[in-house]
Amino acid sequence: MTSLSRGKYRIEIVPDHFVSDRLARRQLRHVKERIIELLLFLAAFVSVVTTVGIVVILVRESYVFFQAVSLWAFLTDSQWTPLFADAHYGIQPLLAGTLVSSTVALLVAIPLGTVIAIYLSEFAPFTVREVAKPFLEMLGGVPTIVYGYFALLFVTPLLQKIFPELPGFNLLSAGLVMGIMIIPYVSSVSEDAMRAVPMALREGSYAMGATRFQTAVRVVTPAAFSGIAAAYILGISRAVGETMILAVAAGMQPNLTWNPMEPAATITAYIVQVALGDLPHGSIGYQTIFAAGLVLALLTLVFNALGHMLRKRYRQAY
Amino acid sequence: MGEAVKVREIRAMIAARKRWDFAFGVVGMLALMVGVLTFAALFVEMIVEGAPRLSWDFFTQFPSRKPDQAGILSAWVGSTLVMLVTAATAVPLGVGAGVYLEEYAPRNWITDLIEINVTNLAGVPSIVYGLLALGLFVYGFGLGQSILTAGLTLGLLILPVVIVATREAIRSIPAAIREGAYALGATKWQTTADHILPYSLAGIMTGIIIGMARAIGETAPVITIGALTFIAFLPQAPLTGDPPAGLLDWVMSPFTVMPIQMFNWTSRPEAAFHQNAAAAGLVLVVMTLSMNALAIYIRYRLRRNIKW
Repeated sequence: MTSLSRGKYRIEIVPDHFVSDRLARRQLRHVKERIIELLLFLAAFVSVVTTVGIVVILVRESYVFFQAVSLWAFLTDSQWTPLFADAHYGIQPLLAGTLVSSTVALLVAIPLGTVIAIYLSEFAPFTVREVAKPFLEMLGGVPTIVYGYFALLFVTPLLQKIFPELPGFNLLSAGLVMGIMIIPYVSSVSEDAMRAVPMALREGSYAMGATRFQTAVRVVTPAAFSGIAAAYILGISRAVGETMILAVAAGMQPNLTWNPMEPAATITAYIVQVALGDLPHGSIGYQTIFAAGLVLALLTLVFNALGHMLRKRYRQAY
Repeated sequence: MGEAVKVREIRAMIAARKRWDFAFGVVGMLALMVGVLTFAALFVEMIVEGAPRLSWDFFTQFPSRKPDQAGILSAWVGSTLVMLVTAATAVPLGVGAGVYLEEYAPRNWITDLIEINVTNLAGVPSIVYGLLALGLFVYGFGLGQSILTAGLTLGLLILPVVIVATREAIRSIPAAIREGAYALGATKWQTTADHILPYSLAGIMTGIIIGMARAIGETAPVITIGALTFIAFLPQAPLTGDPPAGLLDWVMSPFTVMPIQMFNWTSRPEAAFHQNAAAAGLVLVVMTLSMNALAIYIRYRLRRNIKW
């Protein structure tokens, strides 16, 4: 490298191939940046891989299952006895169990969750809200096995005092406790939706002389409707996928019934039952849980997709 | 005369409407009370049934056929070890994914695909993760019913929680912070590592803690992978095997966890085992609730202290 001096300026003449230290450092830094970006991308891509993994595993094992059992029999047979000598593979009993327990749960969670959401969003004083919200969050954080214990050994004996003929395992008490567990999900999403309703709508309503209750029921709730609907649907999906409360408190015997006072297995409880046993890998019994899981995954997928669509709508509305 | 009647009518109407207001306030409180009372009943039941069983021995003994000698040693050790693997999986992946989606991701279909998957995975029932793990980790990768399998499964399960918390924490940092760093010539990663991550740390921590609290109480996926319910030995303590390969022996060990131990005791017919279940449940509830409370406290302080 040569340098020429012209007065107070100094001109450096740099050969073509020369890379200064600073430039080299910058290049290195550039490479490092790209590597980090790639690593972060891969971390984010894990979620896609997980979804693909779930789909592949469920479909692959179910495919083997459906080669042995026709889809028609799966949907129309009214018995589910894969582990018996006289094996039947009808999903109906499990679906019925899931449906009945979810219905009981939603009959608890939807009214209570909605009232709590309206109350917290429109009525409650600041201090009540500050205490109630974390409390509800904790209610949602209790492990479900603990709720299962509670349903079997506290709620069922309590219900048996009212209905003496109630069996020890039943869908009713499991559903009731599951409903309490779902309240926080329903109430928090609904409340978010109501909070997103602009103040101006409320102010307009108050200016017309409406009371709080009128404003809440006739202005805020309709305006937040799609968000509230999303909360219900997410609640349904929770109820359908809930496992331990049902496995503990509703029994694990498949039973085609619409009566919540009877014991019955749900899709999830069946999977637990099989997993607790010692089924050899690759047997048809082993594959049944993947077929049942596929049905479960499809059910929740439909509800979740619907819920997210509705939720997006209320976000866009204002 | 007529005017006075009208005024009275209007007053009556207003009073009636106000009564509705008041009535709804009461109904709302009652609805909240249902939650509070259930929770209180649950907690009291656990304490009444379980507290007499809580003693030093309960934590230091293995499960046993005799209910009064049974303890949760293998369960809490198993839970701790599984949580180590879960944290090692979920924290780097979740925070990394959150950072990528907020700071790096270009607006294109791949980003959309990732975002859709994150929201979708948050709604997948936990037992489906169990099936994934059974098919993929246990038999596909041949990891067996090990601590590693359970930890990875629960790590994937809580990934959406960590990702969402990370994104929300990062989103609350004003753009001026980034612009300041860029103006001084910092690269994207320097900005992220030196500014974005430290400032969003509290928010990310709440997400991690809530996720871990959920993982520690999860039963269904761990049962689905075929974890044993009766384990009367401890896995090798971490980092005590022959280095270098032996250091990780513990992750391949069979195990049981707290919720499974509780499930096992709950599903036995003898009432004495139910007391053990209540005691295990009490430990579990206190653990998850204190983790949740910690997260709520961090978030509360965060909201009060940070004024951008």
